[in-house]
Amino acid sequence: MKKTRQVNHEMPSIDGKGIMMGRPAYTDDLAQEGSLIVKVLRSPHAFARIRRIDTEKAAAVPGVEIILTHNDFKRNAHTRAGQGYPEPSPHDKFPLDHYVRYIGDEVAVVAATDEETALKALALIETDYEVLEPVLDFEKALDNQTIIHPEEDIHEMFPIGFNPKKNRAAAYGMEVGDIDKTLSESDVVVESSFRTQSQAHVMLEPHTVNARIDYHDRLVLYSATQTPFHVRRILSQTLEIPLSKIRVIKPRVGGGFGGKQALHGEMLVAAITYRTGKPAKLTYTRKEVFEATYTRHRMRLDMKIGATKDGRITGIDCYGLSDTGAYGEHALTVFMVTGSKVLPLYNKVDAVRFKGDVVYTNRTPAGAFRGYGAIQGNFALESAIDMLAEKLSMDPIELRQKNMILENETSPIFEIMGEGTAGTAMNMESCKLDYCVKRGLELTDWKNKYPRRTDANKIRSVGMAIAMQGSGIPYIDMGAATIKLNDDGFYNLMIGATDIGQGSDTILAQIAAEQLMTTVDKIAVYSSDTDLTPFDAGAYASSTTYVSGNAVLKAAKNLKNMMMNEAARVMHADPNDIGFDGTTFTAKETRLSLIDLSNQLYYNDQQKQLTATDSYVGHKSPPPFMAGFIEIELDKETGEFEILDYTSVVDCGVTINPKLAQGQIEGGVVQGIGMAAYEDELRTKTGRLITNSMMSYKIPSTKEIRKLTTEFAESYEQSGPYGAKSVGEIGIDTPPAALANAVYNAVGVRIDTLPITPEKILNAIKEKENRQ
Amino acid sequence: MNIRVRLNGLERTFTIKPDEFLIDTLRNHHLVSVRRGCDTSSCGVCTILVDDKPVPSCTYLSARADKRHITTVEGIPNTAARLAGLFGNEGADQCGFCNPGLALSVHALEKLGATPDAATIRHYLVGHLCRCSGYVSQIKAVKAYLEEKS
Repeated sequence: MKKTRQVNHEMPSIDGKGIMMGRPAYTDDLAQEGSLIVKVLRSPHAFARIRRIDTEKAAAVPGVEIILTHNDFKRNAHTRAGQGYPEPSPHDKFPLDHYVRYIGDEVAVVAATDEETALKALALIETDYEVLEPVLDFEKALDNQTIIHPEEDIHEMFPIGFNPKKNRAAAYGMEVGDIDKTLSESDVVVESSFRTQSQAHVMLEPHTVNARIDYHDRLVLYSATQTPFHVRRILSQTLEIPLSKIRVIKPRVGGGFGGKQALHGEMLVAAITYRTGKPAKLTYTRKEVFEATYTRHRMRLDMKIGATKDGRITGIDCYGLSDTGAYGEHALTVFMVTGSKVLPLYNKVDAVRFKGDVVYTNRTPAGAFRGYGAIQGNFALESAIDMLAEKLSMDPIELRQKNMILENETSPIFEIMGEGTAGTAMNMESCKLDYCVKRGLELTDWKNKYPRRTDANKIRSVGMAIAMQGSGIPYIDMGAATIKLNDDGFYNLMIGATDIGQGSDTILAQIAAEQLMTTVDKIAVYSSDTDLTPFDAGAYASSTTYVSGNAVLKAAKNLKNMMMNEAARVMHADPNDIGFDGTTFTAKETRLSLIDLSNQLYYNDQQKQLTATDSYVGHKSPPPFMAGFIEIELDKETGEFEILDYTSVVDCGVTINPKLAQGQIEGGVVQGIGMAAYEDELRTKTGRLITNSMMSYKIPSTKEIRKLTTEFAESYEQSGPYGAKSVGEIGIDTPPAALANAVYNAVGVRIDTLPITPEKILNAIKEKENRQ
Repeated sequence: MNIRVRLNGLERTFTIKPDEFLIDTLRNHHLVSVRRGCDTSSCGVCTILVDDKPVPSCTYLSARADKRHITTVEGIPNTAARLAGLFGNEGADQCGFCNPGLALSVHALEKLGATPDAATIRHYLVGHLCRCSGYVSQIKAVKAYLEEKS
């Protein structure tokens, strides 16, 4: 590995100071003054058909500009998922519809001169509903009498198992070897069901979008989105506005975590501005964010794992049922990742099966969320591995070490399972999982702490889990970059990649600076504007460092070659004889500074603009790996526990910016701890969300999180930019299973349903005592 | 109705509605650093200082601010810039949506005088939710800020 000067060095984010100082940066900061205020009328029923909707009284309120209902839109079925095209999500959504499928679903939209007027108008819209029987329990959704999507004009883009008449959004199945035979011949089999909840993203910036018609008569949207290019395409296809007439700008985004991969509000605001010609803006209330955007797919996972007496895992069988809520966004792909980015962890099996259904319910739709199925699958598998170890009377670390995937190994699953389609065969050219486990044991002093130490009623225990994720979606999602040389020898880096707070603008600038042998302050970054930057699929699927980073690296190489050629011309030398150190070109005795060259190219001699654009699409998706270790102190009288430390040892290849990579891991871990321990979605019997504010939905605060220990394994991924893999999601995966295992190690009860609350622990302890 | 406030050191008069919250009054007058994260004073994003005390502006009636000193992050550029540097060192800044509000609370904590330990800082900042950082890097940066000063 060559010594680097920009990459793999700690440096602050390029935008941290301006953001801290409160400069205008986020979508709503940039709304046009005097924008119409957009408000959405939302369904009070979990399932209903709109018999009649009357907007006359509402429209008569002075200051109301426009009201749109389902009668005002052409029925163009689409998916808001924000994925590449054709999407693996069913086209089952209309801009507005005469059916409403969950409490919070869109009924009508009002634009008015101010918020008060808009809200007054909302209250005056008269809607006559035929209230229908909802499906709220996802385990009863398949073949229910209630059909959530009875309409005929919806479709899948290619076979995904879409069968709306059965309330099925997607289905998947795969098998390697003969799993039934393998399990029946195994010495030991553990079997258990696990349940995960509908976690909410809770990014601090609510979903927001504003639109205007610019002086070129084009529709310009500012949107807090992870996927500006997909937003533009989906708006064009659905609203039948020419693609060339739409510009989508992604300003600074206040967190996404997958929740802003899809369109939320863009469709309605675009329609309003396009029809009225007037600027308009919509910011979701926090209640709307909870009730009417996205959640994580709730799942039930039935696991069976077989092993020989001496601890060789022979087979894994997983049936899953996933709840996609009212619309099928990311239904298939999240479900596939539950298998494809979890099961290859134990690659030495004789047989493996993964199958199941993704069903519609009358609940808030599920969508993309950091971890994207892998966290659900990880909770089930890594809990079950500890159960298997106990049944084998084997140390759970030893069981993992004996069976987990190692460098240069592979799994047949990589080739079979992709995201929505078949996958891509690959060897683990970089996999330091064995080191991650070993180092984690040292850091946590595992041998002295496992399984528990007891002090009267308080018990200290440890638990762990291993995980993998991916680096982009090979052969599907492309990233591109343009680099421009300016006079005075500095550069513009223009990227479609969407910084949503994770720091991609900074790390992509580091990659460009490394290749151009300059410093980050000489790279001015502009990202995510469908008019001004090249394409990028967006910030999802752990793509940016690996996919967009490779694009930046290629573009920078190209620009450097162009610069060398120009320098050779000026210096009358052969391009092959030119040396360059980032500021000066040399050829034998001659020297030419980059500043002089760039100034001459602008003003004096054979003037031209040097610009290089290149793009990258992955041919594989090298997984980052991680071992996560939790230490807790549990009070067996109350079931309450405190998290004393969470230790992460991560292989994400070379870290482009070690501190930002650490931030990705620690942020992911804490979001995973939230899912493991605190966060839950509660609904009334009629399907109304109870946990619809930050008072009732508990995310971790400084009170719960005291200590995090994070280290990176030395690792180099040959196909990544400067040896990097992606790091955005891997941190979230391990906490649920690690906590479940630690609770078991403390008090001998297995909590198989998230979140793991003191109440569940205490009830399980009592149940166990009653049995004894 | 009108209110007179001292905003970041300058006398200002704002015309407000009786039920208006301070976050809206400030944003309507281009102080966009004051941002809304929730509507229930739960997240800390919209924090401003009223007479040097951190308050959530999303539930603080503008009428109550009459004749008071209001500080937004625009009023503490030195604190914000220095804190930003320390956040950068720790990798504590991610989406940054909560940073201006957090900077104001750190400023208020600094005014209290003592150099607190990490547990006290965590306690003081418990009202500032962050979904990006995992907090530990933030607390380290804030601790470094308070120690650097003293």
